[in-house]
Amino acid sequence: MRRLRMLLRIMFRSATVRRGRAILTLVAIAVAAAVSTALLNLYVDMQAKLHREFRSYGPNVVLSAKEGSSLPADALAVVDREIANRGTAVPVTYATARTPDGSSVVVAAVDMERARKLNTWWSVTAWPSEPNSILIGARALEALSPEGKPFDLIFDGRTMHVSIAGTLRTGGAEDSRVYLSQNDFSAWTGLQPSVIEIGVVGGEQEITEFINRLAAQIPSAQVQPVRQIVEGEARVFNKTRAALLASVALIILTSFLCVLATLTSSVLDRRKDFAVMKALGATQRTANLLFAGESAFMGAGGALLGYFAGIGVAALIGRINFQAGIEPRWSVFPAILLGSVVLTLVTAIVPITMLNRIQPAVILKGE
Amino acid sequence: MFFRLVYQSFYRQRRNKLLAATAIVFGVAVATAMIAVATDIGDKMNRELRVYGPNLVAYPQEDTLDVEIGGVNLKPITSGAFLKESDLPKLKGIFWGHNITGFAPFLSLNVNAALNNTANHAGSDANANSPTEIPVELIGTYFAKTIHYGKEDFVTGVRSTYPWWKVQGEWPQDELSAKQPIEVLAGIQFADQHHLKPGDVLRVVDRELKITGILSTGSAEEKAVMAPLALTQQIAGRPDAVRRLYVSALTKPEDAFARRNPSTMSREMRDRWYCSPYANSIALQISEALPYAHAEQIRQVAQNEGSVLSRIKGLMWLVTLAALLAAVLAVSAAVMNTLMVRRREIGLMKALGATRSSVAALFFAEGAMLAIVAGGLGFALGILLAQRISLSVFGSSIHVEVALLPIVLLISFFILLSGSALALRRAVRLDPTVVLRGDL
Repeated sequence: MRRLRMLLRIMFRSATVRRGRAILTLVAIAVAAAVSTALLNLYVDMQAKLHREFRSYGPNVVLSAKEGSSLPADALAVVDREIANRGTAVPVTYATARTPDGSSVVVAAVDMERARKLNTWWSVTAWPSEPNSILIGARALEALSPEGKPFDLIFDGRTMHVSIAGTLRTGGAEDSRVYLSQNDFSAWTGLQPSVIEIGVVGGEQEITEFINRLAAQIPSAQVQPVRQIVEGEARVFNKTRAALLASVALIILTSFLCVLATLTSSVLDRRKDFAVMKALGATQRTANLLFAGESAFMGAGGALLGYFAGIGVAALIGRINFQAGIEPRWSVFPAILLGSVVLTLVTAIVPITMLNRIQPAVILKGE
Repeated sequence: MFFRLVYQSFYRQRRNKLLAATAIVFGVAVATAMIAVATDIGDKMNRELRVYGPNLVAYPQEDTLDVEIGGVNLKPITSGAFLKESDLPKLKGIFWGHNITGFAPFLSLNVNAALNNTANHAGSDANANSPTEIPVELIGTYFAKTIHYGKEDFVTGVRSTYPWWKVQGEWPQDELSAKQPIEVLAGIQFADQHHLKPGDVLRVVDRELKITGILSTGSAEEKAVMAPLALTQQIAGRPDAVRRLYVSALTKPEDAFARRNPSTMSREMRDRWYCSPYANSIALQISEALPYAHAEQIRQVAQNEGSVLSRIKGLMWLVTLAALLAAVLAVSAAVMNTLMVRRREIGLMKALGATRSSVAALFFAEGAMLAIVAGGLGFALGILLAQRISLSVFGSSIHVEVALLPIVLLISFFILLSGSALALRRAVRLDPTVVLRGDL
């Protein structure tokens, strides 16, 4: 018991009396721990952030009725429940209507609120809210109503008079279409949605599971990934992750090198203390224990300081780059703590064995 | 005397110097590698994002509306206007011609196809010998066609604009020749429905089409037959006609300046806009190069590319900053340690009458020599490291900008300087009596 108190006292005094050295070592460990924490946090969080970023590409899963049948009435409710809050689903109905002069135009019926959330890349002048008002594609506008006046559309002999609320420009097939609300469309044509476009956040694996769950619950429908979107996302995502991982590994290695250099010299620096202790009768084991204890203590302290600093840095990076904070991951802490303590101990082994080989008398004589 | 001191210090304290040199080599290598990867990642990711397909489309100005549902074209070949195939090589001549990684023209029409070889299949149908006529969309395009522009040859087609398309079997030839059968691809849904496999032959309007492969794309092309552009032109009786042109170009993410209308800009601003590789300015250049064509960005691809790209780039730069910080600290720690070990030497010099500045000069000269050798080695190692990362992550070697060299060297020098400045300052201020008595 007394021995332990003496040991603790030596450790405490050595930390407070030679403050410069102790602070230097602590700072080196803390910085290494902070950098590791920040990067590991970022690495874990980046995956979710990037997946969310990719959802701006629009739908990545399409659910459609098998040919000749229509979707069950509760299909959208099922899809919404499966998505939870990880995306958006938009039911869509397509039909080919005619203008009074006989040319064809594709009419699409959507829920405007949902479509707006899913297709963020659409450039829209104004979203329609009134009944019988439409969103018209830029090319359709030129062809059907260049002055923007209301016009007639005919489907199956029934005419509907529509007014233009806004124009849509995408550079894709949407430019040649007319979009109107689901209610107006059903009243006009009697058709019910045949397709649900879904944008859901997740990795390849999660998307596949999502598709399987939907297919099991709505057996009368076909559920397919939009391969171009899903594959592209996977490619870019995997490469970003690999590049980031390589960088993180390099940086952590560099900061550990910094710790190694500092610790080695800090132990070598104290060879006189070592010699005095041995000259006063300390055994090899006690002296080694003392040095190891000190190193481990430094490692733990540095890890604690570094962890909180690292979380701050990660949050800052998240705010700068993704405009959203990064949640602290407590799961990283044990790894950082253990890593720091093990690293400092391993680093201490080299100088300690070097000192063990030297006679105290030689050191004390100053040679 | 000064040089002798420097020389002897290197000669006698080899181990000590080796430690510092290792730290410097490593620090500079990591910093160099990260800078090289971060500057190149934008370009690399831009190429990866090209899997989303072409980001620009050109169509004839006078064209009628598309009638397309779920990717299936319902518009008859007789209506609407066309682009000229013979104008297409001009695309490579526009200002940003080198940023165009590929383009693919399309002309499709609906035909009836007869299956000649139904008899080969198991389960002898009643109509096995009388071939059935199936309506199918025949899409004409380039697969990988060689285009001549001036003295340059350029290979383009769907294989470069849609890199995710998969073909089970062989890709067909683009050229029609009298001796060989015309080669086509069958979409996988079409092929499954009619039990087709590579090697089978379709009869379309008195022509024999040999299926060389089965195409899966994940979209509407799976229900169609893809053929050389020349074939659909022949069948339609419209030589040189192209309905749509899809272009893949490397572009700069859109910013507020890119969205402005060029016709309202002043002359210099318009020049700057025109000479930036924005999707909008490349689209304008394409419209100018192809007569009667209107080109536009495909917003789903072009817009999102920018946002995803800027996020990834931002992330890499922030990580690079962390790498620079770590490098400074590693170098600083190594230099600090070498100086700590040599306190006595410094004390002795000062006791013998050396001024602070001469001590600093000595150590600085030593540091500079170390920096040149170790820094140079670190730089070379860093480039190698960047190359390895790029190869393993992107499967292509890194393009190191020549302009980057001085910048990286400057940054490495800055790392060494800031890393050792603090240690040097401390060492120079030591009181010789304290050091020599061994009280520190």
